[in-house]
Amino acid sequence: MSLSLDDVKRVANLARIEIGEEEATTALAQLSGIFSLIRQMQAVDTAAIAPMSHAQDVMQRLRADIVTETDQRDLFQSIAPQVEAGLYLVPKVIE
Amino acid sequence: MLNSSLSQLSALLAEKKISSAELTAEFLKRARALNPRYNAFITLSEEASLAQARAADLMIASGDAKPLTGVPIAQKDIFCTKGWLTTCGSRMLSNFVSPYDAAVIERFNAAGAVNIGKTNMDEFAMGSSNETSFYGPVRNPWDVAAVPGGSSGGSACAVAARMAPAATGTDTGGSIRQPASLCGISGLKPTYGLASRYGMIAFASSLDQAGPMAKSAEDLALMLNVMTGFDPRDSTSLQREPEDYTRDLRKPLEGMRIGLPKEYFVDEISDDVARAVEASIAEYRKLGAKTVEVSLPNTSLSVPVYYVLAPAEASSNLSRFDGVRYGYRAPKYDDLNDMYCKSRAQGFGAEVKRRILIGTYVLSHGYYDAYYIQAQKLRRLIAQDFAEAFEQCDIIMGPTSPTVAFDLGEKSNDPVQMYLSDAYTIAVNLAGLPGMSIPVGFGQKNRPVGLHIVGNYFSEAQMLNVAHQYQSVTDWHTRMPG
Amino acid sequence: MQWETVIGLEVHAQLSTQSKIFSGASIAFGAAPNAEACAVDLALPGVLPVLNRGAVERAIRFGLAVGAKINSPSIFARKNYFYPDLPKGYQISQYELPVVEGGTVMFHVAETEKTVRLVRAHLEEDAGKSLHEDFHGMTGIDLNRAGTPLLEIVSEPDMRSSAEAVAYAKTLHSLVRWINICDGNMQEGSFRCDANVSVRPRGSGRLGTRCEIKNLNSFRFLEKAIDHEARRQIEIIEDGGTIQQQTRLYDPDRDETRAMRSKEDAQDYRYFPDPDLLPLEIPSSWISEVRDVLPELPAQMRSRLERDYGLSSYDAETLTADREIADYFVAVVSNLPSDPKLCANWVMGETSAYLNDAGKSFEHCPLSPGELAQLLTRIKDGTISGKMAKEVFRQMWSRRSEQETGWKSLQAKTDQSLVDQIIESQGLKQISDSGAVEKLIDEVIATNPKSVEEFKAGKEKAFNALVGQVMKAARGKANPAQVNEILRSKLK
Repeated sequence: MSLSLDDVKRVANLARIEIGEEEATTALAQLSGIFSLIRQMQAVDTAAIAPMSHAQDVMQRLRADIVTETDQRDLFQSIAPQVEAGLYLVPKVIE
Repeated sequence: MLNSSLSQLSALLAEKKISSAELTAEFLKRARALNPRYNAFITLSEEASLAQARAADLMIASGDAKPLTGVPIAQKDIFCTKGWLTTCGSRMLSNFVSPYDAAVIERFNAAGAVNIGKTNMDEFAMGSSNETSFYGPVRNPWDVAAVPGGSSGGSACAVAARMAPAATGTDTGGSIRQPASLCGISGLKPTYGLASRYGMIAFASSLDQAGPMAKSAEDLALMLNVMTGFDPRDSTSLQREPEDYTRDLRKPLEGMRIGLPKEYFVDEISDDVARAVEASIAEYRKLGAKTVEVSLPNTSLSVPVYYVLAPAEASSNLSRFDGVRYGYRAPKYDDLNDMYCKSRAQGFGAEVKRRILIGTYVLSHGYYDAYYIQAQKLRRLIAQDFAEAFEQCDIIMGPTSPTVAFDLGEKSNDPVQMYLSDAYTIAVNLAGLPGMSIPVGFGQKNRPVGLHIVGNYFSEAQMLNVAHQYQSVTDWHTRMPG
Repeated sequence: MQWETVIGLEVHAQLSTQSKIFSGASIAFGAAPNAEACAVDLALPGVLPVLNRGAVERAIRFGLAVGAKINSPSIFARKNYFYPDLPKGYQISQYELPVVEGGTVMFHVAETEKTVRLVRAHLEEDAGKSLHEDFHGMTGIDLNRAGTPLLEIVSEPDMRSSAEAVAYAKTLHSLVRWINICDGNMQEGSFRCDANVSVRPRGSGRLGTRCEIKNLNSFRFLEKAIDHEARRQIEIIEDGGTIQQQTRLYDPDRDETRAMRSKEDAQDYRYFPDPDLLPLEIPSSWISEVRDVLPELPAQMRSRLERDYGLSSYDAETLTADREIADYFVAVVSNLPSDPKLCANWVMGETSAYLNDAGKSFEHCPLSPGELAQLLTRIKDGTISGKMAKEVFRQMWSRRSEQETGWKSLQAKTDQSLVDQIIESQGLKQISDSGAVEKLIDEVIATNPKSVEEFKAGKEKAFNALVGQVMKAARGKANPAQVNEILRSKLK
């Protein structure tokens, strides 16, 4: 299961990070090193072990169904790259 | 005054020997003077800090002072702070003035503490040397050729160099304890769920935890009293009765069982660190504690497990940085997809991108079970190791880091070597346990050595007792870089 | 070759909570753009989700209504993809261990009972909206809808025609409104369907490659899109081609589907359990509490109406088609328990027709059930004929129709004497005094000797003509049964 240059490019695309040829090659070398470290995990038989997602064995707390938020659009949009008529603007979306 | 404890500063303020405005101005002056050399702060704002100090002085004058009222505290730049630039050490947020306060910031505000500035950090808390910050590396105040550790390197440096009496940090794999160790200060990562994560910019949600960094255990306890507590806005915040973490500081250690994991005292640890740590354990024996050998057999798996789980969560947590609603947007792009790809390629630094790629890969179709699920299963084994060890001991000790602070640039091109240096601290996050580091001497090139103290769940008061008793008979924690 | 269409539906029902599924922002429809997008909905750095109890409670209600299993624990997962209306870059949904698993939905299509099995129903958050009006060649993003609670109800591919799919969707639509978890407003997008369509040779046991059609926000579009898509697929296969699995968008203006460009990339959603949310535990005590307050379901009510009221299965189904008509009918019967069939006829007949013309639902019926029952009582006690009752109904309607509020809020203040007032003032009362009727009959017999003769010669038709003459003379106010009886005895 060694990493290929195509894997690096595919993953970079999934993560929406532009990556050039040279950069991908460097990344491949570094990621391969990291994955050889990670692969130490494969030596352990974990068939009988349940995955652990959370540090504490507690259940989800629920929120009462009440409206607690007020309109703060002007504040929130004061830090936006581009807004118009209360909308966030992005390059044209094609469905 | 620079070396005063938080309670001493609090007493000076209460007795009106100094005003918070004066105290704050004093620390700001020092921070301004030293920052060009150490780069510990990303943002200093005399105006905002002094306004808070004046408000604190009114609280004190009206008799409403609480233990930290008027005391300047440095805040890691990972905590959203209303009206303050909150960058998380990243170009991505280099223009982000937070519209809201993190829970931790709210708690300090409610306590009347003064925010003295936002400290430098590894970008999105990903790093162990503070070299990944968009704002440049932080220097170790004991030796500017050395790294301060990371990711809370700015906070560690600020406290060590006495630019602030205390600071906040966050710890996902050692980011409080390792820089505390490398900078010769005290730092504590609480049990997962004690400090609210609301408003703390997420790296790896199931591991991230905020905690205090200060000169002494006593100061940590006062900080922890403010920082912890239930928050309904964080689903992982635990509903528990509030504790006074100072309550057990003065308890004797007679009969306490210190567990020494045999896996921690092996070849990887450098001689200078081993010597200082062993000397500190000898000191504990003098204080009446007993030592027992324990085993944490899956220790060596911590790093691989961590470098699957943390990047996986991070890859998803960092997807919100897309240049649409806030943060960095590339100046030129062809279309929507290109806007995403360029904004993220330019907005994130190399280490962050590396971890996003790792995380995306381990979650992607066909690899999820082999990497992510396997890592979660091993996480359980690692947690079970600690549970078994705590049947034989009350507290676990070892080195925080296998070496003293390394040189700037020494490991920055070798991520694997960098990752391995966090082997001792990472397992504690995976298990969700509390961990701390206190200074116990100096090693090579007169760089500090830290002792790693790991307690069982919710044993913070006991750990602080253990640290405080040591600090009552030693003076490493009072040493100041020249 | 004979082709068979195979359809499975994914229905997104917007849950009728006050606040969003993971934040305290309002979900009220029609706010200014982004005015209801709070810090959590905008995915500001550092914000965290907290699950809304109301959304979970509605999911439980649905699970119980379809006889499904309520999973405990159930798990929330992140579905990762980039889209500008998805602020976090992931949608919080459920993947493994959805809150509701299994269950069935039953309905009739052309007299035949059909059962569709459900795979699951899971909780998730809605995305925002992209507005494509031209902002200098850019798209505007409104995140008010982001974080609105949805229940995604996924069926097995158990439907075989667009008619079945529509009947299933309508049944589900009625059910979610019946149990009060969704307002069902399709124009506002509160109830949306995606259809998975494939075709196969009739008799084949294997499923063909399916296409998912999105954006079906009316039952008519659902039907047309499925029919169009099935035709498209059949044509491709008959021309020797193969079907590509894709996501397609239905364009109602052109009545066609087209592949969605945004879904062209092979999707890899990288689902994993959301570390910000803990496992959702639903204790059996909570399930019991929800069950205790769950209203009688349409199917149960249908069989009760047949059993207890002696209604036909057609009547029972019509009267349980939605909560509003059922509530109205039940209220009418409670005022006239002696004749449920008469009540049913008037609810399904006159009342339904007038509401239809007025474009109103039963919820907004201007006549109170008490008034309608009063009218029916006057038929039963012989005060008016059924025909006259229709005239009284017409007048009641015109008196009440300006009222904007529905009957539930009116009921207390409506004047039950309206029926009698109209009957009285318009002189519509039936002549029930037998002396008066006899007098009329005597006159008719006297003035129609030809018809009398014909009747006596055995022509039954002539009798009807005489009845007609009597009714005419009575200006419709005589009781036809009474006229019949007296006339016959006089002609003996």
